[in-house]
Formats: sequence, C-alpha cells, structure tokens
Amino acid sequence: MNTSSWLDRLKAGLSKSTSKLTDGISGIFRKRKLDDEALEELEELLISADLGPTTASKLTTNLAATRFDKEVSEEEVRTALAVDIAEILEPVAKPLTIDAHHKPHVILVVGVNGSGKTTTIGKLAQHYSKQGQKVMLAAGDTFRAAAVEQLQIWGNRAGCPVITGKSGGDAAGLAYDALQAALEQRVDILLIDTAGRLQNKSDLMAGLEKISRVLKKLDAGAPHDCVLVLDATVGQNAHSQVEVFRDMVAVSGLVVTKLDGSAKGGVLVALAEKFALPVHAIGVGEGAEDLRAFDASVYARDLMGLAE
Amino acid sequence: MFESLSGRLADVFEKLKRRGALSESDVSEAMRDVRVALLEADVALPVVRDFIDRVKKEAIGQEVLRSVTPGQMVVKIVNDELITMLGAENEGLELLAPAPVGIMLVGLQGSGKTTTTAKIAARLQNRDKKKVMMASLDTQRPAAQEQLKILGTEAGVTTLPIVAGQQPVDIARRANEAARLGGYDVVMLDTAGRLQIDEALMAEAAAVREAVNPYEILLVADAMTGQDAVNVAEGFKAHLPLSGIVLTRVDGDSRGGAALSMRAVTGCPIKLIGVGEKLDALEDFHPERIASRILGMGDVVSLVEKAAESIEQDEAEALAKKIQKGAFDLDDMAKQLGQMRKMGGLSGMMELLPGVGKAKKQMAQANIDESAILHQEAIISSMTRAERRRPKLIHASRKRRIASGSGTSIQEVNKLLKQFQTMRKMMKRMSKMGEKGLMRHGLQGLMPRM
Repeated sequence: MNTSSWLDRLKAGLSKSTSKLTDGISGIFRKRKLDDEALEELEELLISADLGPTTASKLTTNLAATRFDKEVSEEEVRTALAVDIAEILEPVAKPLTIDAHHKPHVILVVGVNGSGKTTTIGKLAQHYSKQGQKVMLAAGDTFRAAAVEQLQIWGNRAGCPVITGKSGGDAAGLAYDALQAALEQRVDILLIDTAGRLQNKSDLMAGLEKISRVLKKLDAGAPHDCVLVLDATVGQNAHSQVEVFRDMVAVSGLVVTKLDGSAKGGVLVALAEKFALPVHAIGVGEGAEDLRAFDASVYARDLMGLAE
Repeated sequence: MFESLSGRLADVFEKLKRRGALSESDVSEAMRDVRVALLEADVALPVVRDFIDRVKKEAIGQEVLRSVTPGQMVVKIVNDELITMLGAENEGLELLAPAPVGIMLVGLQGSGKTTTTAKIAARLQNRDKKKVMMASLDTQRPAAQEQLKILGTEAGVTTLPIVAGQQPVDIARRANEAARLGGYDVVMLDTAGRLQIDEALMAEAAAVREAVNPYEILLVADAMTGQDAVNVAEGFKAHLPLSGIVLTRVDGDSRGGAALSMRAVTGCPIKLIGVGEKLDALEDFHPERIASRILGMGDVVSLVEKAAESIEQDEAEALAKKIQKGAFDLDDMAKQLGQMRKMGGLSGMMELLPGVGKAKKQMAQANIDESAILHQEAIISSMTRAERRRPKLIHASRKRRIASGSGTSIQEVNKLLKQFQTMRKMMKRMSKMGEKGLMRHGLQGLMPRM
C-alpha cells in the first residue's frame, strides 16, 4: 500500500472541509495573541472536524500550556496541533498482520449498515490475492438483498472462491461451513462478511457473537482478527459503535472508510485515546486499489491542512 | 459524557432558579452548555451558532419571567426552538403532478437509498394505493440493481427490467417511458451513492434530473452523520433542486444532530425517517421526537409538560369514578367549567393538554366565545341544589327564574341543559370504552359542543 498517491486522493477529497477548517484557523491566528477567545474558537474548529468536544478541549488546553498569551502564527498553531494529533494516533497505526501459522487466518468483518464492509472485504481480497495468498470469502450477510451477489462479484475480480448460503439463512452456520472448507482447502486467509447491524439492536448483536463462538469450535483461536468497519462521515456515534462491537465480538482493529469524501473522521483521534484499537487501513474510493495503510503523521498533517 | 452534561446543565439551571429573573449573562452561561450538548449530538458548528443566537433572543425577556422556574423555561425554549428549526409541520411526499410522478433518491454511499426506495414504494403502493415502478440507476456498486430487484419482488413492487451496460440517464428515460406506457402513478429512481465533491458523478445526477425532471428529489442521509452533514447537504443542494430529506437509521442510538444541520442548510423539510431494516420501517417525521433526542433533555422538557398531564390524569380518574357510579350531575359540570376557565379558557387548556391538536383546530374553526364558559357557570349557580342534582326538575318557570338570575336568556339555559345531556350521553359511551379509553379521550370527549 503506497502512501504518496493516497495523500493525493485524500488531498483532493478533503480539500473542501480542510480548507474550511484551516481557513478558520487562519482567521483566528493571523497576527494574534493566543487568548481565551482564540482558544475557544480553535476548540470549536476542531469540533467541526468531528474530534468531539472532549478531545478538542484537551488539544487546545495542551496548546495553551506552552503558548498562552503569546503571539502565534497560524503555521505554528497548525503544526503544533498536527504533532499532538499524530502523537495520539501513532500507537494505533498498525496494519493487519497475517500470521502464516494460521491456516486459514480468519478475519471477521463487522459494522453498522452501509459502513462499507463488503467493499472493504473486496479490497482486502484483491490486496492479499495479489500478494500470492490463497484467499477465501464467506458471504455472511444473508439478510440484505443482493449482498451475496455483491461479494461474488468482488470474489470474481480477486479470483477467489466465495462460500455462500441461502438468503435469509443462518449466518453462523455459513461461517462454520466456510471455515471447514477453508481448513480443507488449506486456504491462507478467510474473510467473513456479516450483515450490517446497528449496535443498539441487542438481538442482532447476539447473532454476531454466535458467529464468533461457532468459529471457535473448529479453531479455538478464530476469528484471529475482528475488524470493525467505520464510516468516516459518522460523528460522535462512532464511540458507541466501537464500544458495543468491542464488547460483543472482541474487535481487534478498525478500518475507516469513505475518507475520500469531505468528512475527515476526526472522531478517530478521540477513539484512539479512548479505546487504543489499531487502525488497520483506510478506504479512499470504490476501486479495489482504494485501500491504504493508515499513516498517523500524514493523516494528522492533512487534518490540519499542512502540506507534506 | 452525556450524563455529566445533564448534570452540568442542572447546576446552571439551579443557579438561575435561585436568582429568579434571567439576565443576559445567565442566559449566556446556560447557552455555553447547550452549545456543547448540541455539538456532542453532532449538530454542525455553524448551525449551532445560529441556533444559540436565536435562543438567546428568545430567552432574554418576558417569557422567562412567567415560567415556573427560569431554568426549566430555558430548556423549554431551547426545545421549542429546536422543533421550530426542524420544521414544525410534518410534511409528507408531494405527488401533485401528472402521472407518472418521478421520485429520485440521492445521497452518499451507504446512506440507505436502495432500502429507502423500496420502503417508499411499498408505502405508496400499499397505503396510498398507487401503482409504483422502481428503477435502479446504480451502475457503480456491484449488484446494486439486483438488490432493488429483489426488494421489489419482496414488496410486490414492479422494477424496471435490468439492461446490462445501460447508463443512468438512459435507464431513467426508459423508466419514465415504461411507467408512462404502463399507466403507473409513480416512478422511483434509485441512484448510485456519490460524494458531493465528486464532480463527475454529481454532473451525472444533474443530467438524470434534467432528462426526466422528477417531481421529488430526496436526499437520503444517515442519522449518524457528523459535522460533515453540512458539507453533504450544501454539495447536493448546489447540484440538484432537493425537495426533501429522508433520515435513515433513526432506530440507532445516535443523537441525530445531522437532522438539524441538514434542515438548516438545505431549507428542505425532513419528509420521512427510516426506523429499521424491514420494508415497513418507514415513518413520518416528528420534529419533537428528534428535538428531545438532540437535546438529550427530554426529562426536563417533559417535566414542564407534566403539570398539564397530571391535571388530565386526576380529572379523568375522578370523572371515571363518577361515571361508574352514574352520578355525573350539573355540579360536576360546573366544576369542569370552572377548571377550564382557570386554565385560561378552552384554548388555553388546549394549549396545555398534549394530544388534543385536532380538537383545538375544530374549536378555532367554530369560533367559540370564551366568555360562554362564564355564562354557563352563572346559569348553573343560579340553580337550586336540587335542580343541579336532578336536572329533570327544570321546567318552564324554573328556566325563566334561572335565566333572569344569571342574566342570560331562556335559550341559553336550554342550550346548557342540552349540552349537559350530550355530555352525559358521551360519558355513558366512554364508560363502555373502559377506563383506559376515558383516560385517553377524557377531556377532549368532555368538551361541551357549542
């Protein structure tokens, strides 16, 4: 996954809201003292990038600790904030690691409706297939119309088999069958798609827990990774999503999608502080190649509108 | 985070309570916390600012002084202003155009367009008895057209046959033509998800709109959307003449601030909300529900409203007992009238009581003279105790005496007696409905017909 072109994509995509945020900062700090009023405005601007009131307040307080009442330039403020944000994100910027000892390495993909689970699986399948890994997909979304067909098309593109069941059938049973097939065929990586579900629907969440439990019957260590797919346009509800999914199926990492839009997913910063879950990758488009590694410093600088 | 916010607001309002009247600085202090509440609920910053300004203007002044406690009143003002901004009236879909009426759905990827398309189609077909055709213009996402087709089969709604490789504008034209020839009332166009900053895809959406000129263009947006809601709404509005918003995943646990942001930015009404994955999980938009969710202070708001409710409850209970005994008499009617007057007459009481909007409208149309209540009380108090308990006693000469005693006419006395009979009859009916029915319909059913 290369970083130079993701930056370009991200730049183009973020230009609108980034310019808003950074214009705001320019407005506040052109030859200006860092006083209470300026800090409050700065805090609001961070909030407008979805960082949330708590994290925004923490970052501005941090800034004030060393620079309060001093004349500060806009560049200085941006850089300082980018450094602080990168520092928070650095520990969570970890790509998915496939353990070759696991045959297969089972990855369960979960998330709310429309977050981009199937597309992310399609991209991951392509990525790993290209690396020469033997990949298998399980169409565990037996609920949404044509979800299976959608995954099959991705399977065809990546050239990997897709295990499917009946529409409306038992997702846990399908996952079990898929793992059995993957074990028999000595597959390297098994990616299991699941139906989107809102985290406050306890019956649906219990269904997810069942999938995870059933897999353990065949392989006590499975699923080896459980990836929560988060939509970057989601605001503060991301907290609730991470919390509930983590408690239910032991989420091991995040993939943030739709970062090619004007949303910046600033809530990631707050999530990193609160949950410290790895951010494995980001989605920046609908194509198979639009999945990139997450680079903390690039993301932070871009969030603050700084050129690399 | 939300709990501590509620606590903080309670502290602020506690202070206000002790001080009594509200100064500008009091309001400003309260507004700081309201602002945080709104931001945490994902209301976009510019919208929050505008909102706070409006509430400040509203709060500093006489309305606060009249309230039970100033703090509660501020919350009520905030809540009411939220409702106003969200759109006080519930506006549905407009289908007042020559058939087939086009409805086009647009939005970001994963916002729920395809599901919403099928839900609206099912509703129009089943509830409104319209003949509906759906077509998917989504040539981007794999199996998207297939998805709509399957949903169409599930819902029993016709979908336009899929022609592989056909482009969105051509599919839209074909759908329109097929709907026209087939005698369909409505043709629904589901489109591919697109980012509002994707110029090529936005141009494509605009081209579809130009080609078939749909009557409704609905922006489908996820209730979980964060601060970006403003950018999304602005972007889509810049390219397409949006007619309304459909908010999806309202059954989730997000605070739904995006609703306010999008409403404010587009000026378009929120026409429908999605509340589940099933095809019938589509509801009309009720601003007051979203308002209390955004504010997260439904408890305080309902506190202000509870007084009115408890009046209703007590009244209904006492009446229920009377009716069960079959003992409703003119004394009871006088009591009812007196309470009504104390609560600010009929219209005043109507304002207080939840769930009587319809009756209130009827009252307004009937153009009722509020002083009629006073006259009626006077008539009853001019009766002897025996007459009040046994209205049957009241004959011609007694009526004359009562009329002159109360300074009214015999006609008015007759009218009141007739009203009393009607009320009695109604009560008998209600006692048959059972206590539950009475609780629900109590005072509305008891309103004298004048």
